[in-house]
Amino acid sequence: MSRSILRTIAVPLVAVVLGLLIGAVLILSQNASPSTAYTALVVGGLGDADAVLRTLQKATPLIFGGLAVAFAFKAGMFNIGGQGQLLIGAVFAAGVGFGIDGLPMVVHLPLALLAGAIAGAIWGGLAGTLKATTGAHEVIVTIMLNFVAGNLTDWLSANPWKDNSGNNIVARTPLVEDSATIPTLGAVPVGFLLAVAAAATCWMVLERTTYGFEVRSVGHNRNAAQYSGIKVGWIMSSTMAVAGMLAALGGAVESLGVDGRFEAGVNVGLGFEGITIALLARANPLGVIPAALLVGLMEAGASRMQFKAGVAPELIDVIQALILFFVAAPIIIKWLLRMRHDTSEQLQLGAGWGKS
Amino acid sequence: MGEVMKPQQRQLLYAGLAVMLVLIWIFYSANGPQTTAVLAGTVRAATLLALGAMCGMIGERSGVVNIGIEGQFLLSAFAAFTIASMTGSLFMGTIAGIGMGLMMGWLLAAMAVGLKVDQIIAGTVLNIAALGLTSFFYDRSRSLGMGKYTNIDLGPLADIPLVGTVFFSRPPLTYLTMALLVVVHIALFRSVWGMRTRAIGEHPGAADTVGIDVLKLRYLNVTLAGGLAGLGGSYLALEAVGTFSRAMSGGRGFLALAVMIFGRRTPFGAYAAALFFGFTTALQNQFQLNNTFDIPPQFVGMLPFVVTIVVVALSGLVGSMRDPAALGQNYEKG
Repeated sequence: MSRSILRTIAVPLVAVVLGLLIGAVLILSQNASPSTAYTALVVGGLGDADAVLRTLQKATPLIFGGLAVAFAFKAGMFNIGGQGQLLIGAVFAAGVGFGIDGLPMVVHLPLALLAGAIAGAIWGGLAGTLKATTGAHEVIVTIMLNFVAGNLTDWLSANPWKDNSGNNIVARTPLVEDSATIPTLGAVPVGFLLAVAAAATCWMVLERTTYGFEVRSVGHNRNAAQYSGIKVGWIMSSTMAVAGMLAALGGAVESLGVDGRFEAGVNVGLGFEGITIALLARANPLGVIPAALLVGLMEAGASRMQFKAGVAPELIDVIQALILFFVAAPIIIKWLLRMRHDTSEQLQLGAGWGKS
Repeated sequence: MGEVMKPQQRQLLYAGLAVMLVLIWIFYSANGPQTTAVLAGTVRAATLLALGAMCGMIGERSGVVNIGIEGQFLLSAFAAFTIASMTGSLFMGTIAGIGMGLMMGWLLAAMAVGLKVDQIIAGTVLNIAALGLTSFFYDRSRSLGMGKYTNIDLGPLADIPLVGTVFFSRPPLTYLTMALLVVVHIALFRSVWGMRTRAIGEHPGAADTVGIDVLKLRYLNVTLAGGLAGLGGSYLALEAVGTFSRAMSGGRGFLALAVMIFGRRTPFGAYAAALFFGFTTALQNQFQLNNTFDIPPQFVGMLPFVVTIVVVALSGLVGSMRDPAALGQNYEKG
């Protein structure tokens, strides 16, 4: 048992080490010291209560984003639309957060989260439903929906929901009411606890329910699932809706717990990081948590690394890409570790753009 | 086959073209300068999309999905800009951009064909790596001292009203792209290479049986196709914009994929689709410039993406557009 766990985490672990090693070479190429840089990175992400809070805050949307990719993955679909789903969730949660006042927190906060979640479920479900009914490939549709969401949220925050206080010219909504703001417990933001709960729920649903079994069957072999009486179309629509809801919750937590409002352009790119997280976790919902914590730690410490060692914070992106490369091509690591008789499968999405 | 059109579709195409020409003529007589500006903007925006679509098309015709075009554009634009600024030569920059594109194509091939990584994940790796690398090495102080590529008038052709300005008074890489459309068309549909390429995309097993080295040809094609995306990156940095900025490809690598599907994986079809997408971009810019209409620019900006979704959904329903049969499947010699 412990041996098989070791096998599962060996590849991601070695991938992280290799990523950091090559990162060290890049740091050297900038005439900086890798040890100073990496020390600053860790201190910046774990050094004190503030640093831990930052790490957990950074990890929260990554967990949601990672789950959004991992959940769809289980049904054999690639959700590359996390960015758009996150934006939609962020703007609608903020809309309810600032638009309604006079509600107690126990009603207002869940309502704002729910608004974001439902909007995201519709956004993601659209891609799944189109795939189920017309065969339109979810990769193309979700990429296009990212652009549509970018424009739509831009327009919402620049026109009907614009913050007109003072002489603000930025495309952003007003601050959300206190009753819709997600609180922090010491160094632990409540949003992070929500994300962990979401990961546990995803695992439960996928591994311990009939619905989860059907999702995994569709992911394994769509034709066999169809033949055994599973409603494949429904599974595809609903898993994409769940995926959209998860990514949107990440955006909602950003609006209600971190930024205090929606501002166009602030969350750009955040939705794509879920892909790295999900692949690092090998699409395991529980694995998403440590993967997101690792990346969150690096992101939280990046500015201290720049300050102390003079290394551009974008190094983090390069390291992420390297880690992703080594996880995606495990053959390199297996060769390094001499893991010849490994039977674990490589991640596969397969298929082209059209019907399948 | 994807490239054969039914007679009804052909009639529809001609009818559409005729309507478009009449509309352009009406707009041109109503407001000459603005119509010219929009159409010139259309061709400008279409060039990058056409190059990306050709890159994607060669990969997909051979059975390899490339969603890393966005990253190929970005890193090539970075290489082109950096080398051009260091050497002071736009030509050297262009070569560097193409070289970087070839390298990234090779990397994609190494992952997707060599290491048999899932093709979509391999493309994603390219995208994330390109964004990270270019941001990390980005040097704000660099600039193009000599400016970007300038328009070259093609003799008397450039003096034709409207058409001359739109097509025959363009910078060099735009002409090169138009020439490449013809070259790639002939290569794909009239050469032995093209026939073999299409064979390994449709039925790699059969191609293998008749002696085509499937993996080698896929390796070669994906690498060469990267050069086209590399030219796209050079175009972006040295001809369209004249500088480099973070994430400057702005999703156009993904849009190129839609253009490719829209254009039925043929160069001319892709160029027509690219012109359409370019037109919506140019229209959006024009709207923002002079506020003639009361449509928010964001809604005009959404148009190409909404249209893509509708087209992809409809093409699935109608079933008229078919993928190469072995698309996305890594080939294992039996």
